[in-house]
Amino acid sequence: MNNENTALAQDERLRSFEEYVGEGKAIEPRDWMPEGYRSHLIRQISQHAHSEVIGMQPEGNWITRAPSIRAKQILLAKIQDEGGHGLYLYSAAETLGISREEMLEQLQTGKAKYSNIFNYPSLTWADIGAIGWLVDGAAIVNQVSLQRTSYGPYSRAMVRICKEESFHQRQGYEIMANMMKGTPEQREMAQDAMNRWWWPSLMMFGPHDGDSPHSADAFRWKIKRHSNDELRQKFIDKTVQQAEVIGLTIPDADLKWNEETGHYDHGEINWDEFYRVIKGNGPLNKQRIAHHIKAHEEGAWVREAAQAYKQKQAQKYN
Amino acid sequence: MATDSQLDLWEVFIQGRNGSHHTHAGSVHASDKKMALQNARDIYTRRGEGSSIWVVPAVAISASNPEDAEAFFDPADDKVYRHPTFYQMPEGAKQI
Repeated sequence: MNNENTALAQDERLRSFEEYVGEGKAIEPRDWMPEGYRSHLIRQISQHAHSEVIGMQPEGNWITRAPSIRAKQILLAKIQDEGGHGLYLYSAAETLGISREEMLEQLQTGKAKYSNIFNYPSLTWADIGAIGWLVDGAAIVNQVSLQRTSYGPYSRAMVRICKEESFHQRQGYEIMANMMKGTPEQREMAQDAMNRWWWPSLMMFGPHDGDSPHSADAFRWKIKRHSNDELRQKFIDKTVQQAEVIGLTIPDADLKWNEETGHYDHGEINWDEFYRVIKGNGPLNKQRIAHHIKAHEEGAWVREAAQAYKQKQAQKYN
Repeated sequence: MATDSQLDLWEVFIQGRNGSHHTHAGSVHASDKKMALQNARDIYTRRGEGSSIWVVPAVAISASNPEDAEAFFDPADDKVYRHPTFYQMPEGAKQI
């Protein structure tokens, strides 16, 4: 009888929670929430944070070889932003009761994922342009949609991130545009970067709606506001014109404007590759994590020194 | 002593410019207030968003309980006379 009452009370809470988020209202850290909502958000936000942090690596690869002091300053500022974005998101995830230590451990042991795209190498300077323009461009489409996600701290982090991301995309597009005005070798380099980054950028939105494992709850709880395919289409529609303006070709023979739907049709995405990379067999999965662990371990003495200083100060003044 | 740690949690409040409120911007991890201020500057004011920062150890903040919100804020519910629109002004009176 008692158990039954508790179960009824739980049902009632869930019902009023779903009604509340259904009205478009925000949930704050100390509000009651179903465990599924909490765990879905922890997974999604920490994965998002890890992506920002791991995403610093392919770009960091080019700091010492940036072609001008202007380009180097911009790249440094952009990478610093990515670190900042990771921190906004880790903080948002921490409000749900997971610690920073736990999240780092999940990343380093492979339990938590990060965006597949960062398992691809940045081979030339044009890749820095393609990452800013395409990878950040795809991320922005997703993040703009998430500004209205139902969890307050996540939504606030997204608003801040979106303000900063548009610089990222514009600087990337500027690199591509400049290269397309350059020598035949530079144009070729830009097109090669486009060819390598286009499809992985489309994969960033995740599987087709029918194959997306966590979607139903995420929609009902207003964590997600738009489907993977919807967001992917939005990205394609706005990027095609930008490519045309600077003379780049999109590496998709099936890409064509569909008068009826008002959208571009596109060729099939290679999902085998997507799942192969997600399972850890992309070009750089192992290197990315190994580098993260190395940086983490090499920074341990700084954290220890800071703690020692704190304790010493406490002894001095108490 | 050599245990690794991600340091303490601090809440960050930023004033955009003199004359405005300090508003909650987010959190940082730091071991002392100087580090907390510097981290807050680097994380939340990279584009001139602030002229002043407050950092507060998260453990020092007391917050009202959302479960009690209804009863807690109830005293204000039946006092409509605290709002200017409660009062009926004589026809023709101006600038009031």
